[in-house]
Amino acid sequence: MPKSDEDVIVKVEKLKKYYPLKVGFFKALFTKKIPFVRAVDGISFQIKREEVLGLVGESGCGKTTTGKCILKLIEPTAGKIIFDGTDITNLPEKEMRKFRSKMQIIFQDPYESLNPRLSVLDIVAEPLTIQKIEEDPDKVRERVEKVLDAMGLTPPEEFLYRFPHELSGGQRQRVAIARAFVVNPEFIVADEPVSMLDASIRSEVIKLMKRLLKEFHCSYLYITHDIALARYMCDRIAVMYLGKIVEKAATEDLIKKPLHPYTEALLAAVPVPDPTARRIEVVIKGEVASPISPPPGCRFHPRCPYATDKCKKEEPKLTEVSKGRFVACHYPLS
Amino acid sequence: MSSDETLLQISGLKMYYETLRGWVRAVDDVTLTMQKGDSFGLAGESGCGKTSIAMSILRLLPSNAKIIDGKIVFENIDILALPEEKLRREIRWKKISAIFQGAMNSLHPTMPIGKQIAEAILAHEKVDKKEALERAGKLLDLVGIGAERLDRYPHELSGGMKQRTMIAMALACNPHLVIADEPTTALDVIIEAQILQVMKELQRKLGLSMILISHDLSIIAEICNKVAIMYAGKIVEYGTVVDIYKNPLHPYTQKLIAAFPSILGRKTELASIEGFPPNLLAPPPGCRFHPRCPYATDKCKKEEPELIDVGKGEQHLVACHLVG
Repeated sequence: MPKSDEDVIVKVEKLKKYYPLKVGFFKALFTKKIPFVRAVDGISFQIKREEVLGLVGESGCGKTTTGKCILKLIEPTAGKIIFDGTDITNLPEKEMRKFRSKMQIIFQDPYESLNPRLSVLDIVAEPLTIQKIEEDPDKVRERVEKVLDAMGLTPPEEFLYRFPHELSGGQRQRVAIARAFVVNPEFIVADEPVSMLDASIRSEVIKLMKRLLKEFHCSYLYITHDIALARYMCDRIAVMYLGKIVEKAATEDLIKKPLHPYTEALLAAVPVPDPTARRIEVVIKGEVASPISPPPGCRFHPRCPYATDKCKKEEPKLTEVSKGRFVACHYPLS
Repeated sequence: MSSDETLLQISGLKMYYETLRGWVRAVDDVTLTMQKGDSFGLAGESGCGKTSIAMSILRLLPSNAKIIDGKIVFENIDILALPEEKLRREIRWKKISAIFQGAMNSLHPTMPIGKQIAEAILAHEKVDKKEALERAGKLLDLVGIGAERLDRYPHELSGGMKQRTMIAMALACNPHLVIADEPTTALDVIIEAQILQVMKELQRKLGLSMILISHDLSIIAEICNKVAIMYAGKIVEYGTVVDIYKNPLHPYTQKLIAAFPSILGRKTELASIEGFPPNLLAPPPGCRFHPRCPYATDKCKKEEPELIDVGKGEQHLVACHLVG
């Protein structure tokens, strides 16, 4: 392992995930090519320790698929996933188990991701027993109490025997986060972890997650559609459009000076909680194209206000325009 | 655009839900006035009673909900005293219509959208089918879908287009007031911006009066001119958007606004409010926000603050002992 890569925890290279489309029997017999949904189409990035990378985009752009591929919850079609120096792309399930406790996921909806029949103790203890990290019930309980305490669910003994329906939305999400952190993970995929929560509770959870990052020395892949919230959470942001990364940069650079027209449009569409600030003015027309037959050339060209003939034919590559700033556009904004 | 003509006057409204464990006080003594041409934002977190108010205005209540007390007067008609049949024929959809959350689910899946809009017109006005369809086409033009899509079925449309169809349907009978309940919540940012733009255009073209219910203060800042902030079944602050966002007086409003992320300006710490909203089965005595309020005094724990006007010129109401 080269020395410069030492603090990189996750590295993704040209990751692809295609889903074959269901076609009828006769159609399958007579057509040579079965169409694919290109959910993720060749993306690369890396995440350092204690870093938060935001994956931002509209629904259906492949953000969640990317997250699940990295955790090997779904098998990628092509590409490489390197976790802490080990290539886990084709690791058999048995060996993959060793890595499972190091990588965790937090789901969007705390109302659906917690088993309603289990108590908080059972929910949070489950990863410990499944991974056979801790089997002595007293020690399990001790660890669960410790992690609940770190989540701000205090005093922990008051929560241990409660069921999800007895908790508020914010408390449920804290339990879901506790379940991810109980195994001391090094990497967490956070898939819209706060989008179901109310504003006053949302910022508490965001602060909690930022604190945990330092306490547990882990990293996040933070998946969200909300670029304003991503600003408060992420060190770097990658913007996805139709299965591709179109721009990748440090958070403030990206928000202050977007280079890709899609990023610009995304930013222009975000409502601002200030009635005297700029109003939404330019809104790009139309909606995201189908990932089954994405447009040729640049995938954004049918909606791009600056598109030229070149954009319709040639696909722009993600290139580094200045240090740490990547953009996939023939005519980056300046 | 707003004139001094009162469109809607709600006074002392109490709407409770009956449950096995007692009465849930979802709306508890709410008074508000809306002028013609206003777009009125009703903001607050989930469970604060904003949708319950909207449902009370249309009298579309679930069977366990009861309006205990209060008055709702719309264009000098006492809505709560109206017989059901008359309300259905003359007020609902004709004078007051609604756009509900989750457009995907509120359209009929096996009926073309044009027919669905025409149906709403036919139910309320004495016109023939052809004319109703023609009007449906015009409405689809108005919201940017285009009359040529009259024969489309909901599954052929994207989420944004379905939501536009719902807006068109709400406008079908030229209502005087449209209630939009979280109209963009399930939509993507860019589609949300497109819908907000349609709504803003309608305000300008038709001089539409609107109540926008949302948990998202950013959206309300985008299209409303007046806003009422609700907490635990009560209005805690009311005023023009500029007054509320630039000079919030109630501690809850201050915190709530500071809790919203913005992509503009310098990045500042997001505010958060400790604790959780109260159980409306047994709300705390005194000010309902006092258990979470950093400035709470003994008085706040005992005495309930009243809404008082502290505005200079424009009305700015706030219910807090520490203000005024």
